[in-house]
Amino acid sequence: MPAFLLRRFLQSIVVMLTVALIAFGLFRYVGDPINNLVGQDTTLEERDELRERLGLNDAFIVQFGRFVRDVSIGEFGFSYQHRRPVRELVAERLPATLELSLVSALLALLVGAPMGVYTALRRRGFVSRGFMTLSLIGISLPTFLIGILLILFFGVILRWLPTFGRGEVVALGWWTTGFLTASGLKSLVMPSITLALFQMTLIMRLIRAEMLEVLRTDFIKFAHARGLPARSVHFRHALKNTMVPVITITGLQLGSIIAFAIITESVFQWPGMGLLFIQAIGEVDIPVMAAYLVLIAFFFVAINLVVDVLYFVVDPRLRADKATANGQ
Amino acid sequence: MAEIQPAGSNRVGDRLRRAIESDIWFSFTRSPVTMLSAAVTAIAFLAALFAPWIAPHDPFDLASIDLLDASLPPAWMTDGDPRFLLGTDDQGRDVFSTIMFGARISLVVGFASVLFSLVLGVGLGLVSGYAGGRLDAFIMRVADVQLSFPAILIALLIDGVARSVLPRDHHDELAFYVLVFAIGVSGWVQYARTVRGSTLVEKNKEYVQAARVIGIRRSTILLRHILPNVTGPVLVIATIHLAVAIITEATLSFLGVGVPPTTPSLGTLIRVGNDFLFSGDWWITIFPGLALVVLVLAVNLLGDWLRDALNPKLR
Amino acid sequence: MAHLEIRNLRVEFPSRRGRVVAVDDVSLAVEPGDILGVVGESGAGKSTVGNAVIGLLEPPGEMSAGEVHLAGRRIDNLPDSEKRKLRGKRIGMIFQDPLTSLNPLQTIERQLVETIDLHLSTGEAAARRRAVDLLRQVGIPEPGLRVKQYPHQFSGGMRQRVVIALAVCAEPDVIIADEPTTALDVSIQAQILDLMRTLCRERDVAMLIITHDMGVIADITDRVAVMYRGRLVEQGATERILGSPDHAYTRSLVAAVPRPDVKLIRFPLVTYIEDANETPRNIDISRHWLGEARDFGGAAGGPLVSLDSLHMRFVTRRSVFRRNRAYLDAVKDVSFDIGEGEVFGLVGESGSGKSTVARMICGLHVPVAGAIRFAGTDLTALRREADLDPFRRQMQMIFQDPFSSLNPRMRVLDIVAEPIRFHRLAGSRREVERIVSDLLEQVGLGAHAANRYPHEFSGGQRQRISIARALATRPRFLICDEPTSSLDVSIQAQVLNLLKDLQELLGLTMLFISHDLPVIRQMCDRVGVMLAGRLCEVKETEALFENPEHDYTRHLLGLMPRLTGLSRQGLELADRR
Repeated sequence: MPAFLLRRFLQSIVVMLTVALIAFGLFRYVGDPINNLVGQDTTLEERDELRERLGLNDAFIVQFGRFVRDVSIGEFGFSYQHRRPVRELVAERLPATLELSLVSALLALLVGAPMGVYTALRRRGFVSRGFMTLSLIGISLPTFLIGILLILFFGVILRWLPTFGRGEVVALGWWTTGFLTASGLKSLVMPSITLALFQMTLIMRLIRAEMLEVLRTDFIKFAHARGLPARSVHFRHALKNTMVPVITITGLQLGSIIAFAIITESVFQWPGMGLLFIQAIGEVDIPVMAAYLVLIAFFFVAINLVVDVLYFVVDPRLRADKATANGQ
Repeated sequence: MAEIQPAGSNRVGDRLRRAIESDIWFSFTRSPVTMLSAAVTAIAFLAALFAPWIAPHDPFDLASIDLLDASLPPAWMTDGDPRFLLGTDDQGRDVFSTIMFGARISLVVGFASVLFSLVLGVGLGLVSGYAGGRLDAFIMRVADVQLSFPAILIALLIDGVARSVLPRDHHDELAFYVLVFAIGVSGWVQYARTVRGSTLVEKNKEYVQAARVIGIRRSTILLRHILPNVTGPVLVIATIHLAVAIITEATLSFLGVGVPPTTPSLGTLIRVGNDFLFSGDWWITIFPGLALVVLVLAVNLLGDWLRDALNPKLR
Repeated sequence: MAHLEIRNLRVEFPSRRGRVVAVDDVSLAVEPGDILGVVGESGAGKSTVGNAVIGLLEPPGEMSAGEVHLAGRRIDNLPDSEKRKLRGKRIGMIFQDPLTSLNPLQTIERQLVETIDLHLSTGEAAARRRAVDLLRQVGIPEPGLRVKQYPHQFSGGMRQRVVIALAVCAEPDVIIADEPTTALDVSIQAQILDLMRTLCRERDVAMLIITHDMGVIADITDRVAVMYRGRLVEQGATERILGSPDHAYTRSLVAAVPRPDVKLIRFPLVTYIEDANETPRNIDISRHWLGEARDFGGAAGGPLVSLDSLHMRFVTRRSVFRRNRAYLDAVKDVSFDIGEGEVFGLVGESGSGKSTVARMICGLHVPVAGAIRFAGTDLTALRREADLDPFRRQMQMIFQDPFSSLNPRMRVLDIVAEPIRFHRLAGSRREVERIVSDLLEQVGLGAHAANRYPHEFSGGQRQRISIARALATRPRFLICDEPTSSLDVSIQAQVLNLLKDLQELLGLTMLFISHDLPVIRQMCDRVGVMLAGRLCEVKETEALFENPEHDYTRHLLGLMPRLTGLSRQGLELADRR
């Protein structure tokens, strides 16, 4: 068993290093770091000296090594735009994004998965067809448009819910949370629905497709032929077999929630990392872009690792000792 | 043996007969929703294609725009003007016309990106599947890594990097190409994986081995034997990808990193109109949004139907 | 009283082109302790009968007439919930493919315990004990240990034993087995049939076996029912049906079964079946393109094909480290010669390496060691594609699966013309088309086939197209890799006759690969027997069948279905050499 997980872990490190390389490339070669640090009136000699002092004349590999070391302790340098350490900026913004993503992920999973199972089992039912049509509309609605429509109805016309920001937040150490105040919770409603809707429909459709695939297999037919009750066949045999692909896909989807938060945050002016990032792109604020890139990659890699561990728990074929796999 | 005829004659007629008798056509005529979405897609395409000739106004002709017409509501509302069916924006441009021109940009970007992804993905998938070995492992590792990041993020990053690398003065001119490149690159993995999968299946089929036994060269086998047999799923992916590409373009434009406001796409229109939402001028943003949803929904429905029709066991 | 009785069963499948009748007016009865075989070729509707009995017809199929009685009680009109209770408890079912019949994510124990506890309400602990007992009864060694394992840890034959254990675990009165041994090797097949017979006798179960295989029928059944196109043509005691069939269809079906006991000149044809007319407009070979350039020159007198210590190894696990790699030696030290004009047979079970040998000869695999000499030239020494081309023209291959061996996107014309065009064997387009027409005529399809696509043809017709394509290079040496093993027996007889005729007409040298000993006996001059990558015996065919030397050959011959009671009417026996 450990061999498989170890291999995946090493692969994750390679992925992280690749992303770090891209981030480093951005950082070092796109736009001159010196120009962004000094004023117009700095002389060439002073620039050269600064260059030497910052180690920008060192060999590529040395610079990259230093970058990796800095990044691994959370040191991303100064934001050009905000003139503050990127680390501080990220720490300020991270709670907002994580809270939003968490609520959306739960919403997407808890609503999407049962709908997927239901539509697969009652394939020709009236309600299933309704869900399927809704889901098609769901994947055809761009996230930002959902946000705009919600704002129009519940913010502008009905005036029930706040249309921007996080509301009041409570500080717990460096973490700020909106879960503990009424205005914080109210502010969370529309952004989290906006963010969850697309993923919800995707998860539902994927689970349905996988489930239908499994329901066609021979062992399901054999289970029916042994007289097992439909409930047992569907949930004990079919559902568990859909788990492997569904776990992968759900893992990917949860990861992409953090990425799609960029759009939602920008519609609702939600003070999270996505908003920071989109502003950074507009202003060509390279250190912030690099930091975001590395951080997002870290989340994805972590989620993928969890997915791999789950595989292991679900599928005995991965656990099996290869030697007995074809033994008599 | 009355039906002996020179082989090769009447091929077109033959194809046509096969198409009409085929199950795909049958399932098409049996699904009103599909026919409706095909009609909507066709109308949208034609309207976009011929926008310069059939649009009621030219929103880019400054001479025809009058600021006095600014922010008029749709024609059926109290302050509406019959000249402007869906109202006007803050500069007095006809919303209906801007939608037609916007859809044109959205569709062009969408098609171009799909084409880009398709050529890249199908090519890499074929090579990867047929060659195997290290090349295959490398291409698929890259695909895996890319697939673990959502397409929109990849497109956003490419777009962001391109913006910082390219000279600022040329941003607007190059925006279109950057956008197509960004969306195109973010979408190739799906094609490559599917085509690789089908290629792996096809290359072990005996007709490919028969061709090898005859002596046919690799490139010919790939293009003449394998490629035609992997196109079914590619067609489905391309249709659904078109919807995704249109949404991605709209999203990027909405975020302000897509096409420039001088040649607005549907996404740009929604972004610009969004600022007027709170002042009550909802039509400036809602109608382009509606147009976008209808277009994407129609394409998605077509893709959905096509997938089921090509894969009969799913029904 | 019969345990299971089917009366006037009719099953229909509504489709867009009207209702397709899959089974029509079929009546059967099985007594306790009795095995009834339902035999027929593909599309005869035999599986549909089994599915209808347990009420699991594939949608949109429906039973439109008839009755099913279980121990005197009518069951086909019961509500679904009642029918479900009969499944497994009163009627057990065994399917064809053991590899996909078990839930991969559950241990054998959980699957057995769930079924036992459901039907017998024994409680967990008793069900566990019974599960181990059952595994012992179906012949699984160390049942206490194996019961905790997952399906992927069992081999195909062992899995089929588990499937059987699952089917009998609640002591059903009736067992329906749908092609229970088709996916298994012959030696495993014999064991599974033995097991089924024992279970049937010991438990007094009424068993319905659905199969296309006359060997299985002869081996295990007491009575047999023959189906043709959804209808029952004849039923009776197995010995009587095989020995002196009444119905014309049964007669020709029995005659078409390859005979293990005698060598015939030609296979008798199943004349009852439509599109069986075998009257190709034979072309005059001496004046035709196909007969031209048959003077190949080269080493006169010596063997045409000569294999010298051929060795092939596949990597089964890749690794950067040498010691972690795993290999499979598919072919070990194989040497044999094939003389000009000879038909050489290669026989063995799956995984014995016989196909790998064929693939190495025609260049689909590159051997790790050894030499392949064709007319004196060592092909393994040729590295450039262009150098190999002249040899590729002289050797062609016919594959096993008629459904995947033709490119579905190409017209038959282009499929057959491809080798002619590639090797530039004809001048003009018009000439290519004329040659293709002639070839199609020659294999019994007719020239009008050229403009159609492969999916418009049946399995046997497609195999004829494959043969036409192979002939299109004007080959000297033809490799046939299980050319008829996925065809029905009646079609098999036609295709084998065609191959025989062409071989004689063109003086072809052939390598004929099959797992089916009776077919080998009918087709080949000499035979090689392969086991686990090695060649254990090479002999003249008749000598091999009459007095085999190697233990394994004797073992294989012992597994041949005992079709001794087959009717011999209308057969042309070959002269004993």
